[in-house]
Amino acid sequence: MQIIKDKEIVEDNWLHLDDEAELAAGNITVSLARWQEQHETLANHESGLGLRLTGADPLEEVVPDLDSFSLIVLDFPAFTDGRCYSFARLLRDRFGYKGEIRAQGDILHDQLFYMTQCGINSFEMANPNRIESALAGFDDFTESYQTTVLKPAPLYRRNR
Amino acid sequence: MYQYDKYDQAMIDQRVAQYRDQTRRYLAGELNEEQFRPLRLQNGLYVQIHAPMLRMAVPYGLMSSTQIRKIADVSRKYDKGYVHFTTRQNFQLNWPALETVPDILAEFASVQMHAIQSSGNCIRNTTSDQLAGVCDGEVEDPRPYGEIIRQWSTFHPEFAYLPRKFKIAIVGNPDDRAATQVHDIGLHLVKNHEGEVGFEVLVGGGLGRTPILGKQIRPFLEKKDLLSYLEAILRVYNRLGRRDNKYKARIKITVREHGINHIRELVEAEWVEIRDQLELDQKEIDRVKGFFTEPEYEVTAAEDDSFAKMQVEDKNFARWVKQNVVAHKKPGYKVAYISLKAPKNPPGDVSAEQLDVIADLADEFNMGEVRSTHTQNLLFSDVKQGDLYALWLRLETEELATPNIDTLTDMICCPGLDFCGLANATSIPLAKEINERFDDLDYLYDLGDLKVKMSGCMNGCAHQSVGHIGILGVDKKGEEWYQFTLGGSSEADASLGQRLGRAIPKDDVVDTVSTLVDTYLELREQDEPFLNTVRRVGVDPFKERVYADN
Ligand code: SF4
Repeated sequence: MQIIKDKEIVEDNWLHLDDEAELAAGNITVSLARWQEQHETLANHESGLGLRLTGADPLEEVVPDLDSFSLIVLDFPAFTDGRCYSFARLLRDRFGYKGEIRAQGDILHDQLFYMTQCGINSFEMANPNRIESALAGFDDFTESYQTTVLKPAPLYRRNR
Repeated sequence: MYQYDKYDQAMIDQRVAQYRDQTRRYLAGELNEEQFRPLRLQNGLYVQIHAPMLRMAVPYGLMSSTQIRKIADVSRKYDKGYVHFTTRQNFQLNWPALETVPDILAEFASVQMHAIQSSGNCIRNTTSDQLAGVCDGEVEDPRPYGEIIRQWSTFHPEFAYLPRKFKIAIVGNPDDRAATQVHDIGLHLVKNHEGEVGFEVLVGGGLGRTPILGKQIRPFLEKKDLLSYLEAILRVYNRLGRRDNKYKARIKITVREHGINHIRELVEAEWVEIRDQLELDQKEIDRVKGFFTEPEYEVTAAEDDSFAKMQVEDKNFARWVKQNVVAHKKPGYKVAYISLKAPKNPPGDVSAEQLDVIADLADEFNMGEVRSTHTQNLLFSDVKQGDLYALWLRLETEELATPNIDTLTDMICCPGLDFCGLANATSIPLAKEINERFDDLDYLYDLGDLKVKMSGCMNGCAHQSVGHIGILGVDKKGEEWYQFTLGGSSEADASLGQRLGRAIPKDDVVDTVSTLVDTYLELREQDEPFLNTVRRVGVDPFKERVYADN
């Protein structure tokens, strides 16, 4: 499957493991429940390990484990569920997470600008057929007023 | 007033381009209805019974004459030649075609206006006191902070998909004219013991089906912490607010379910983490304040004696002055309300022709500015007293001088069943009937300050729960019925109205208003206003009279 990563279309090399599925070789992501249950085994996984979070998960509890993951997948079950925008910002701004943060779920062209500002850098689009045209979404706006992950000072301090 | 620089302008121009593409994708079938919905909503576009409705933002209720002319033009070119002002100082076009909305937005962008976040589950337009900057007793002009909040909230990347809509109101005068206590966040400019000016912060107020007054979360917040504190509240709400039930999703319910003390702990803990990074520079406050400096008031304005003279000579003018003109902090200047509540006029509606005249009059008499009020009227904030007679004559010929501000016929009324897809009941035709019943001005003045607010459904867009008399349309087996409440207020002494009793059929609504008014006249002591009488005697005496016959 193709995804967008760092504003480019790339082939995805991660496998999202269901909680029931057998461990597999290669890069895998697991749910928080599975991580909590099997973290000792998972910590020895040879390839990349990623964590999937939903907006209902207790983000603060996974902070001590962040170094174990090279990918964190944030779930957007519906376009309108904005909880994980806050998760992304906290992961970047407060908890200093430097790995890949990926948005998964109902992801459209129209959220890319906001998501990027919040520190998300890869995207599994809801409609992979239109992935090409979605790239334009990153450039919807050239500026933003706020302090964001990408722009650590507000517009007035940078430019005015 | 605030003037866009190239950054502000680029942002709204790019928004128009973005929305043009979204509309194109929707019409081409690339976005389905459900996907397009939040996008159009964040651009102010609802789909109503007959047609889409486009709500444009009027930040803190301030407009230039150029903008007013543009509103008139657009309403002629793309709509039916009138617009409707709302209880949040915004205005709506009731009949635009969906395909033309990008063009409409482009027209408005050319005069620094937008529809950004005027609906949808995001931070809405910040409202304020319509007398900001010109009233006596103000701690500080709230509008610069309104503008700072506008910029901070515009396209805030983290808060575009909140559990529910989020409204902020800010005032600088203890007479709360912006209903701050029924907003998600209410901000009051206050002075602390050391004489420094900052904000008292309220959270969790709201109307709708569960009306609740906001609670104080912080008694004093320094100005430099304004944005960090707002961001902390929003972040806590974005994470904690309920998303399982849209009727329980507003922050008022979050506060009620978790308790204000717990919410305060969470917010303060979040705030400690971000306050340094998000500190608001004094330089930026000063930059924005520079757009709201006092105009050069003429010191000789108070020397005019025509104002007093004309009130003696023309009693209609005197009546208008008494009812629609209020004090200004500068001698020789006055504030004049432009009533959008003429007897046959749907409350808050104004025609393109009237808008053109208002724009001309604003240039001639009010330094080119016009304000909207949360009571669905307009006002001129800086009129020389010597100009008032000339202004009144012109307003009078345009049916914009109905001397009824704050009286029973200055009703707040939502669009109701005539336009709104959510309505249970009509409101505009009833407002008209009430107007016809109470057409005797002397009688109206005798009734004094009496705020009637009428909504067509539980959403309460007309704020009926804080009306002195609140009227709410409900649906009973497909028929229109109306639930009355008494004794609400949205001002400094805010309170929620109490239910009068069981709902009343449509045909009896106007009679019920009459009965309430008659009962008040019998019960009042001297010049006691309606609200005080209700507070003194309670709703029971009113209830007995209204339900006596059936
Ligand atoms: S109160 Fe109800 S009927 Fe009236 S405008 Fe609001 S949603 Fe529509």
